[in-house]
Amino acid sequence: MNVKQIPILNADADELSRISQEGLLSLNLAEMQAIQAYFAELERNPTDVELETIAQTWSEHCVHKTFKSMIEYTETGRETEMIDGLFKTYIQRATEEIGAEWCVSVFTDNAGIIEFDDNYNIVFKVETHNHPSAIEPYGGAGTGIGGVIRDSLGTGLGAKPILNTDVFCFGLPDLSYDELPKGALHPKRIFKGVVSGVRDYGNRMGIPTANGAILFDPRYTGNPLVYCGNVGLIPKDRCDKTVEPGDLIIAIGGRTGRDGIHGATFSSLELDDTSESLGSVVQIGNPIMEKKIVDALMGARDRQLYRNITDCGAGGFSSAVGEMGQEIGADVHLENIQLKYTALDPWEIWLSEAQERMVIAAPPENLDELMAICEAESVEAIVLGTFTDTHRLRVFYRGEIVGDLDMDFLHNGLPRHTKKAVWDPPQHPEPTLDRVDSTQLTEDLCRILASPNVASKEWVIRQYDHEVQGGLVLKPLVGRENDGPGDACITTPVLGSRKGVIVANGINPKYGDIDPYDSAAAAIDEALRNIIAVGGNLEQTALLDNFSWGNPDKHDRLGGLVRAARACYDIAVAYGTPFISGKDSLYNEYRDTTTGEQLAIPPTLLISAVCVMPDVGKAVSMDVKSPGNRIYVVGKTYAELGGSHYYAIHGFIGNNAPKVRPAEGKRTMEALSLAIDEGLVRSCHDCSEGGIGVAAAEMAFAGGLGMQLSLTDLPRDPDVTTDDVALFSESNSRFIVEVVPEKQDAFEKCMAGVHSEMVGLSPQVREAFEKGTAGVPIGCIGTVVESADFIVNGTDGSAIVETTIDRLKESWQGTFRW
Amino acid sequence: MKPKVLILRTAGTNCDYETDHAFQLVGGETSLIHVNQLIAGDVDLIDYQIIAIPGGFSYGDDVAAGILLANEMRYKLADSLAAYVESGRLIIGICNGFQVLVRAGLLPRLDSQGVQQATLAMNTSAKFECRWIHLETEESNCIFTQGLKPRIYLPVAHAEGRFTAPQSILDQIEANGQVVFRYVSTNGDAPEYPDNPNGSDHHIAGICDPTGRIFGMMPHPERYLTRLNHPRWTREDLPEEGDGLAIFQNAVDYVSGLS
Repeated sequence: MNVKQIPILNADADELSRISQEGLLSLNLAEMQAIQAYFAELERNPTDVELETIAQTWSEHCVHKTFKSMIEYTETGRETEMIDGLFKTYIQRATEEIGAEWCVSVFTDNAGIIEFDDNYNIVFKVETHNHPSAIEPYGGAGTGIGGVIRDSLGTGLGAKPILNTDVFCFGLPDLSYDELPKGALHPKRIFKGVVSGVRDYGNRMGIPTANGAILFDPRYTGNPLVYCGNVGLIPKDRCDKTVEPGDLIIAIGGRTGRDGIHGATFSSLELDDTSESLGSVVQIGNPIMEKKIVDALMGARDRQLYRNITDCGAGGFSSAVGEMGQEIGADVHLENIQLKYTALDPWEIWLSEAQERMVIAAPPENLDELMAICEAESVEAIVLGTFTDTHRLRVFYRGEIVGDLDMDFLHNGLPRHTKKAVWDPPQHPEPTLDRVDSTQLTEDLCRILASPNVASKEWVIRQYDHEVQGGLVLKPLVGRENDGPGDACITTPVLGSRKGVIVANGINPKYGDIDPYDSAAAAIDEALRNIIAVGGNLEQTALLDNFSWGNPDKHDRLGGLVRAARACYDIAVAYGTPFISGKDSLYNEYRDTTTGEQLAIPPTLLISAVCVMPDVGKAVSMDVKSPGNRIYVVGKTYAELGGSHYYAIHGFIGNNAPKVRPAEGKRTMEALSLAIDEGLVRSCHDCSEGGIGVAAAEMAFAGGLGMQLSLTDLPRDPDVTTDDVALFSESNSRFIVEVVPEKQDAFEKCMAGVHSEMVGLSPQVREAFEKGTAGVPIGCIGTVVESADFIVNGTDGSAIVETTIDRLKESWQGTFRW
Repeated sequence: MKPKVLILRTAGTNCDYETDHAFQLVGGETSLIHVNQLIAGDVDLIDYQIIAIPGGFSYGDDVAAGILLANEMRYKLADSLAAYVESGRLIIGICNGFQVLVRAGLLPRLDSQGVQQATLAMNTSAKFECRWIHLETEESNCIFTQGLKPRIYLPVAHAEGRFTAPQSILDQIEANGQVVFRYVSTNGDAPEYPDNPNGSDHHIAGICDPTGRIFGMMPHPERYLTRLNHPRWTREDLPEEGDGLAIFQNAVDYVSGLS
């Protein structure tokens, strides 16, 4: 038996740090000293099993210590303040203050749960799998989606996975090989590998992948981001879990091997050209195994054979069993575990992140029936041990005890950090672009449509099966040729019912170069705009926050994180949309060992939104429908080109990032939601990257019809003085809407707040409307035309864009015609 | 008595829920049955009137799409399957189910030896693709497509859907009228990619056996049961009933008429 004692009792500070570093434990000195003190009291050294268990349990990945730590925050020109935990102060507090009664479970389980219909609830979780995807894109991405599916499966007593959503951030696909940092894979290789990995896992699992986004920035080259999300459907009476002493600990699924060891702690390391040699940190996926587990568990769940379930993710059995038995205790017998091959050391068996394994707690009397179900589905299941009332986590191997830890120390012994954060707003050069000529602005519009962030991702989308399970009613690609960019997807998970689930995402790291506050606020606004644009509502929409950030031990990175977390609180509370779950992935940096250059990713917050839609038959798509229909801009345009695509194509960032004005935004979204519900809107598109120009162009070519537009009546701030600002500003809370002439009057009244009943509006908004203080700014900017012409006249009436939808569409589709 | 429909499952089957829903909509009494239950003898095929093999990735499509389930049917269920076929009942295979039927020798079944005579190969685009396509309904004795509209619209979602066979086999299938569906372009012309999404010989999307009772197709009729499944329902006037429903209705009506 190969169990080592790790000599920490007499180690000095340097020695403790060396043990942590060489063991890939990612524990800092204070943490190592806390462990030393614990074992000093026991008068013995820890075994490798014990030290590794603590390292996994205390990893950033598992306990999110940065989000829980005390933060000393300094903003230029302001007094230093102490923040008592970002999660508690900004994320959790937002949800508590909103107090939505349709939230069933928030932050505690593997995914958040909200109400759906009389029989079912909806679960939703998004995870990151960034570091594994940097090293092995196909396997890293595949196991990313596999992992988040197990989050749904491990929520409550197990949800049926019904939808995947994926968001990726890569380096530029046309990067020259000379510029590739040493050891990094080329962005195109990562892109193709990640898409294939998600495709093969999601398709084989029979889960529609129907929503997502792909972004590009040079700073993602060494450290791509792979966000994988899953929505699940769970019976209302299967959302609670318990565990009792005497319950058997049963592992179901794949065998355990040496794959994925140290994944949890690996995610706390910065990457460089040696990361690849860490080899075993990336897991190996097998979707059919996971499908068999789903089939077996759904049967066992419905027969009420177990009372707790969780997935074996980061930290493997050590985390899964440690978490489930946290309040009572557990005895585990490692020799019972089925191995892929022999010769694993006990600590490796205990930590392995081999994929497709779930752990359940079941009363002994249900064992035979459980085993029979697993056998019928050809899935292996083994009894790993027993939950106890000892409040200790005891690990045995062939009769000998190899680990014995106090549950309280394991889960509460982590010393709380105080971290420093500094925010010093950057100043970027302010561009002066003198563009009034229509050929120039037409050219700019085509260039923005062709830029990789905006361009069509049809090449990717069609490789995902988005129709499986038969419930998708609004597809990712919509319009006359089924190829326009839909704002959000809608699925009906209970076939035969018209009750739907809308899923959308918001992400805009470009604004974060100016201020992560604006970037985070815009991400929430964008996710909600996408929900509203297809016919959703703010009344039952929940959010997920997924932060991918650089090294939080660096004060500037953490300063940005504070800004973003603040925006999450402010905007979510203002819109009344609670967070139900989330995740953070920190330490996303790549060190080029040739140049010594440290590449941090742009601060990136992904906001995912899920909305319950009472009747999917009222959904609208973004493609224009008929010539003669009128085109409106809903919401006000401000001079906000900072971080815009218009600036980006000219090589600038600027400083005026779009602000979210939540009072205005909420009013706009609620009024528009009502107008769509009443059938007054023929098509609707979220106005985001590339502003009105891009949104209108996309609607036109998706519908196969031209447009004749004029910006004269565009609702705008007095600061909007030039046509390029009007056309490309990315101000939040705006939509482009198509209305049939006969419904113009009703639509305008609804938006002005003089609608007869105003059902569905919140009391504050209704009050504002009734006082007449608050209509929604709208402007009719033109008409859908039969021809292919796409013409935009500027504020003075002269043409600023003159082209055809064919040229616009070709620009948009040409980039990724792979 | 409702007709009894056996929906066959195994590891990696994943269109069972919507296929089950389709048969229920048209009045079938459905059971989801794992192939292990058949092999163990716990369930007997002869108790059912329709067998449906749904889409998915049976056993991960390891070795080749559908081949492992096909081999289980050929070698472990040979007798009961032969008796079932002999009794004049129905079998439908959709997508992975079609791949299984072809590899099990149940389609095109030019003789009853159970030999594989055609295949579904990798798409010419060399990748998995999910898209909606137009189909032309051929004149055939296929039970499932009697009275179907001449043109229907359904989604495909597969990587291995290119129907191909030696010329002599193709000639016999054509001569026997066993071609049930062909891909067709939007305006009715012979299709090119992506209207023919996989490069199938003779643009074949679905075939039946000489009796018309065993039928397989790559597109997914269970994914277009109502208007809201259509990708353009937000812009076009469409009937409430989806194009795929009639295929299930025909099957249920036929076996109801038998008893």
